[in-house]
Amino acid sequence: MPEGPPPAPAVQKLRLRYAKRGRLRFTSHRDFQRAFERALRRAEVPMAYSAGFTPHPKVSYAGAAPTGVASEAEYLELSVARRCEPAELRALLDTSLPPGLDVLDVVEAAPGNLAERLQASVWEVRLPEVEPETARKAAEAFLAADSVEVERMTKNGLRTFDARAAVAALEAVDRSDDEIDAGHQGVDGSSDRPCAILRLVVRHTTPAVRPDDVLSGLRLVADLAPPVPAAVTRLAQGPLDAETGAVTDPLAPEHAVTSTGNEEL
Amino acid sequence: MPVESVFPRLEPLLPKVQKPIQYVGGELNSTVKDWDAAAVRWALMYPDAYEVGLPNQGVMILYEVLNEVADVLAERTYAVWGDMEKLMREHSVPQFTVDAHRPVGAFDVFGVSFSTELGYTNLLNALDLSGIPLEAKDRGLDDPIVLIGGHASFNPEPIADFIDAAVVGDGEQAVLQITDVIRAWKAEGRPGGRDELLFRLAVTGGVYVPRFYDVDYLEDGRIQRVAPNRSGVPWRVSKHTVMDLDEWPYPKQPLVPLAETVHERMSVEIFRGCTRGCRFCQAGMITRPVRERSITGIGEMVEKGLKATGFEEVGLLSLSSADHTEIAEVAKGLADRYTEDKIGLSLPSTRVDAFNIDLANELTRNGRRSGLTFAPEGGSERMRKVINKMVSEEDLIRTVATAYGNGWRQVKLYFMCGLPTETDEDVLQIAEMAKKVIAKGREVSGSRDIRCTVSIGGFVPKPHTPFQWAPQLDHKTTDERLQKLRDVIRADRQYGKSIGFRYHDGKPGIVEGLLSRGDRRVGKVIRAVWEDGGRFDGWSEHFSYDRWMRCAETALAGDPVDVDWYTTREREWNEVLPWDHLDSGLDKDWLWEDWQDALDEVEVEDCRWTPCFDCGVCPQMDTEIQIGPTGKKLLPLSVVK
Ligand code: SF4
Repeated sequence: MPEGPPPAPAVQKLRLRYAKRGRLRFTSHRDFQRAFERALRRAEVPMAYSAGFTPHPKVSYAGAAPTGVASEAEYLELSVARRCEPAELRALLDTSLPPGLDVLDVVEAAPGNLAERLQASVWEVRLPEVEPETARKAAEAFLAADSVEVERMTKNGLRTFDARAAVAALEAVDRSDDEIDAGHQGVDGSSDRPCAILRLVVRHTTPAVRPDDVLSGLRLVADLAPPVPAAVTRLAQGPLDAETGAVTDPLAPEHAVTSTGNEEL
Repeated sequence: MPVESVFPRLEPLLPKVQKPIQYVGGELNSTVKDWDAAAVRWALMYPDAYEVGLPNQGVMILYEVLNEVADVLAERTYAVWGDMEKLMREHSVPQFTVDAHRPVGAFDVFGVSFSTELGYTNLLNALDLSGIPLEAKDRGLDDPIVLIGGHASFNPEPIADFIDAAVVGDGEQAVLQITDVIRAWKAEGRPGGRDELLFRLAVTGGVYVPRFYDVDYLEDGRIQRVAPNRSGVPWRVSKHTVMDLDEWPYPKQPLVPLAETVHERMSVEIFRGCTRGCRFCQAGMITRPVRERSITGIGEMVEKGLKATGFEEVGLLSLSSADHTEIAEVAKGLADRYTEDKIGLSLPSTRVDAFNIDLANELTRNGRRSGLTFAPEGGSERMRKVINKMVSEEDLIRTVATAYGNGWRQVKLYFMCGLPTETDEDVLQIAEMAKKVIAKGREVSGSRDIRCTVSIGGFVPKPHTPFQWAPQLDHKTTDERLQKLRDVIRADRQYGKSIGFRYHDGKPGIVEGLLSRGDRRVGKVIRAVWEDGGRFDGWSEHFSYDRWMRCAETALAGDPVDVDWYTTREREWNEVLPWDHLDSGLDKDWLWEDWQDALDEVEVEDCRWTPCFDCGVCPQMDTEIQIGPTGKKLLPLSVVK
């Protein structure tokens, strides 16, 4: 049985930030992986492959936003067998993915582990048909609690855990503050209806606390029961600045080296 | 008339359903066109779940062919699962297309492609969710024309009440002709309403409009005659045949879904039609004659398709791919071209001969040799003569010996149970064959680690085949026969453990038989089943035999016919068959002779290599066999970097 030639060695590691927008936020992570690997083929990216019978292109994905949640800040790393120009690669991959899965930034990796830099996420949660004042009060009640035990169905059955400790910040923001249009046409398209917007900073912990869990917490502490499913977007993820409470750019070391980035946030 | 997207109403439902990605569209290579700029608008449906429907080549081809016309728009829709259906009904969200989420009811044509009759209840459900009246006679001027195609349209009678029209045969050219008729009628201000449009379609001779045909019955339940009820409508409707596949290189831009689907590959149809003459095979009979795509045409489609999709696998499709006159060159050429890119090649290989092994070796040059599939179909030599599957036991054993000798470890053999004239003895021969396969495999490989899987499907007699007159085997006898076979295999100490056995019970086959050879009276049964909650009948977890039987009994109570009458009853040569007025080109007398030959165990050759045996298709349809070899080769692709 043929062993096949040894895989080409990796000569360059690249880091990539992408967005999952609009209706394509319903893409599961598995779906995204398949789509991304096809995009690599379409774009004829000279990928480095793993060894073995069924060689896989070397791509590693950082913790992905849940299915149904939009994101402006997903990250992955890939290794190539021939050097690539990051800006070119970004454009090429972006056109090779369907609109809604958008490649925002590609940089050559600087030393340091990317996954370790992804310490926290900023989430925006839109609650159509909820009065902003109601949401504000619920947020205050949540923050005032020492712990908020919530339940979630997992593969291993119903789990109970604290959703409070991981939340570094939670506030109701005004609608005019920020408008990420891409993800939300339709849900709160008509401006005459109320829509509360929460913005939260959540540390990446184990078990992971997701925006959903915080919403379950808000229901528990303040009876906040949105009539329409919330529209959630990850706005950013990265290192958590202990002093300011801000989530900073996880690719800052790379951006410090070169200025070819294509930041859009 | 402005048409709004239903997406704002759909979006809040999506987090509540399984696999919401299947309802959002946005696939790579999908198309959304301006509604108002389009003169004719098609909603195309494959009446099964998205994961099965999206890769369907028929729908993909028509979608692209139609969208290539500047003033034509085509979008796709699929059957929604129960969780989504429930929410859609609660929130009054109509059946929608996944491309621009437009309501199906707003289109000019609702085109549904059936590869199997088990999708009929899903058609009714989609009509209902669209707000389109179930019965064609209740539809108004603004309702879409409900048009069906695909293999099931060779006998659309069971759903005649629910459809406005059916297209028989190849769809590529037909949809364009239909579009022209609709465009003209709309431009003239829709004169004569819906009736006039259907009439204009019917007089082309290539579109069947059931309402223009009356069916009379004899007292015993058989059909007396089927006749047009207005002048100008032809007595018989012809199938469409596309000649020169190289001129129709579709899909050029195959859809690439985000959701996981049943086939994740770039499929190229390397030829259409088959004249091997297997008597059970409806696909082979209704798609004659053989028309090959040239080796260079195939090479180009693969090259462009891979660029457009990024797929890792190429499927070379047809009814019997190893029969392409230049298949060896095609396989070698593609394997050479794509070794570097780690592109896998696959071909449904069912022919039982050594050549197929060479081919399989070529296709798996860079990969693992896991399993090979062959389809002797009949267990005994006698049975194979009846069905005209010309392969001897020696051939088979020789072939598997080569396979095991080449490093293959697993051979899968496909058979049918319930074939005409079959006895227990014929089916038990399958066990003997499997044992010989294992014995030979152990001998040539010197290993005990080899397997043979026997996979058995129930035979369902189909329209437009020599077996259209045959009695279907009742499900009890089918199950008993398979039980006996299983016991014999299990009881074998020496080989039993190396033989895998896979089969389905006989019940779904009876329902398929009812729908395949049914007439217009079966429509009542389909409707009753749908009303009773029947959906997704092709899925064993959703299929209910008891429901079908219960509904059939009630619905057919006033008729002199029942399920047995439609399925296990043998027909006489002079019986008017429900599909006689749909012309597949096959001469009914030839079919009857072939049926008699089957009973006499007489075989027929393939007309590609022997003189025409007058099945009738070529003269009737004015077509001819189109095969190579062209003598051309696939050159290596120049590396552009
Ligand atoms: S008419 Fe003759 S050549 Fe044509 S498909 Fe039939 S047997 Fe073959």
